[in-house]
Amino acid sequence: MTTLSLSKALNAGLRKALEDDPKVLIMGEDVGKLGGVFRVTDGLQKDFGEDRVVDTPLAESGIVGTAIGLALRGYRPVCEIQFDGFVFPAFNQIVCQLAKMRYRSLGKLSLPVVIRIPCGGGIGAVEHHSESPEVLFVHTPGLRVVACGDPADAYTMIQQSVTCDDPVIFFEPKRRYWDKSEVDTADGVAGALSLSKARTLVSGTDVTVIAYGPMVKTCAEAAIAASAEGKSLEVIDLRTLSPLDTDTIFESVRRTGRCVVVHEASVTGGLGAEVAARVTEECFYALEAPVLRVGGYSTPYPPSKLEEHFLPDLDRVLDAVDRTFAY
Amino acid sequence: MAVKAAGRAASRDLDRLADSAELIQLLTPEGERTEHPEFPLELSAEEIKGLYRDLVLVRRIDFEAIALQRQGELGIWASLLGQEAAQVGSGRALGPRDMAFPTYREHGVAWCRGLDPAKLLELYRGVSHGGWDPKEHNFHLYTIVIGSQTLHATGYAMGIQRDGAVGEDGEAVIAYFGDGATSQGDVNEAFIWASVTNAPVVFFCQNNQWAISEPLERQSRVPLYQRALGFGFPGVRVDGNDVLACLAVTRKAMQAAREGQGPTLIEAFTYRMGAHTTTDDPTRYRLSAELESWKLKDPIERVKQYLIRSELADKSFFEALSAEADVIGTRVRKACLEMPDPQPLSIFENVYSEPNALIDHEREQFAAYLDSFADEEAAQ
Repeated sequence: MTTLSLSKALNAGLRKALEDDPKVLIMGEDVGKLGGVFRVTDGLQKDFGEDRVVDTPLAESGIVGTAIGLALRGYRPVCEIQFDGFVFPAFNQIVCQLAKMRYRSLGKLSLPVVIRIPCGGGIGAVEHHSESPEVLFVHTPGLRVVACGDPADAYTMIQQSVTCDDPVIFFEPKRRYWDKSEVDTADGVAGALSLSKARTLVSGTDVTVIAYGPMVKTCAEAAIAASAEGKSLEVIDLRTLSPLDTDTIFESVRRTGRCVVVHEASVTGGLGAEVAARVTEECFYALEAPVLRVGGYSTPYPPSKLEEHFLPDLDRVLDAVDRTFAY
Repeated sequence: MAVKAAGRAASRDLDRLADSAELIQLLTPEGERTEHPEFPLELSAEEIKGLYRDLVLVRRIDFEAIALQRQGELGIWASLLGQEAAQVGSGRALGPRDMAFPTYREHGVAWCRGLDPAKLLELYRGVSHGGWDPKEHNFHLYTIVIGSQTLHATGYAMGIQRDGAVGEDGEAVIAYFGDGATSQGDVNEAFIWASVTNAPVVFFCQNNQWAISEPLERQSRVPLYQRALGFGFPGVRVDGNDVLACLAVTRKAMQAAREGQGPTLIEAFTYRMGAHTTTDDPTRYRLSAELESWKLKDPIERVKQYLIRSELADKSFFEALSAEADVIGTRVRKACLEMPDPQPLSIFENVYSEPNALIDHEREQFAAYLDSFADEEAAQ
């Protein structure tokens, strides 16, 4: 066990992936000498060379489009999109090409491409640097969409994503890059939790609180605060947003009877809506209250001086928990 | 000043190519053989007759597909009429290990890559989104979103570099696209990537003068081949209705790419003699006189005239070829009519590489729903 920040854990995972398979490439803007604007790829170009850790021209569609071509040639590119709000120039390549290639080729072609996207707000950034576009990719069949919430998951999930034969959109909670925890880098990922599974972070009995990415920590803290008030929260870190691990969700909600979904993205058409619909269909008679959503408002992301009001925090999670007891 | 002079010297070759307004041509519309000092081409009689056969057969296949669409057997068809020479000339310049990334109109290239023409119909009949194995023929699936495949081609070429397959006995990639695609960001990004990585890729633009209803002047105020200069690699304009010139120019560009000399843009100057697709009506936006003038430059007729004039082929050759074309047309028609519809539950196949609980659940629900009708039918 070593103590690593989330960004260092990703770095260690990427290093392992590069060591394990010579076909693995890293490509993106400033990923080489600079090591990425968040230093996630720090030192990798020095050790693996410019052909494997590729500083690309500044064009996101080009990054993903050429990664598709490299994957068709047998490579496993890991693309970095520098910020969430910069992924949209690549949207066509991701949605029309990357996601559909296996389907349209009747399974003859695989595109094992990972697209890493630092996501979410809370760092006082200018506009287009705090977005949560995950549901746009969840809505696209053919993509796997995952979000890591802590350094240990970051380390294993990035390696699992690289070995996955499907394209993976990998969301990294940028405000958690500097959070540290214990990471087991000695063992491989063989014994790690599957990339297709959610994880019950905190066990509880009264309310199931579902989160992913940056909100995992917020919800874990809410569970501690709630316990002081005598409420037992069960916190589930979704980890995989597509496909959803509905078994873990349903099992929990059938026990607790209450469900709150928390994410930074706007609630309208968000992942919380999807979870709420599925929980309502499958756990209807177990529910004591409607499934509630806590998320960003249905507005554009505000200037950073307002983001603390926009983003869900511990109090807004607890407020929603309280409301589930009002039915 | 020294820096400027050095830059000028380095780009002299590019300047020369870009400044020449000439259309590279080895066979005139009248069927006269000409020579070009930079693009020598020596072909045997059999090779030229082989190219002629390709041209005739792909036009015949195209005619059959249009007829099938008119009869309701295909949902749509994108005709290659008029572009046979550009496609056969470039397609026959490829080696077996070279890789081609087509648009949805490259039926002539598909023919050169050994695809069964009936396979091309699946997409247009709605039976599959492609259906052939791109690795088997080194011919990627048709790409419909304009220009996207140029980036795939460039990335593939970057893979060739990483495999050490550039140099003697090297491999290269050819990316097909049209004049309309040159306005797409992806095509311009592909030019940049290929240029700065010196990737072994040839950009083959069939300038057929029309992007559905939009003429070339909506896309560019400079000749398209001149765009290459700004990106830092050579651009050439070839008579796209001259199969010999297309073959010679593409051969040279592909060989340069294989040897590590980087990308080339080839503008094949041609004409879309038919509609954009079978849903289009070109009489709304272009004059029939334009079409008539291009008919005089027909890519097939000029080869026929050359073969006759040079006494390389006699009447029996043309008759035999005509009969062969009819056999292929009949075979394509039969394959189309016999093509089975896909099974309903195949909707759920090949979305992911491994079982997916949500899709499996939907498949089960849909299967049960279908079965419910079977129960009703049994009860009646």
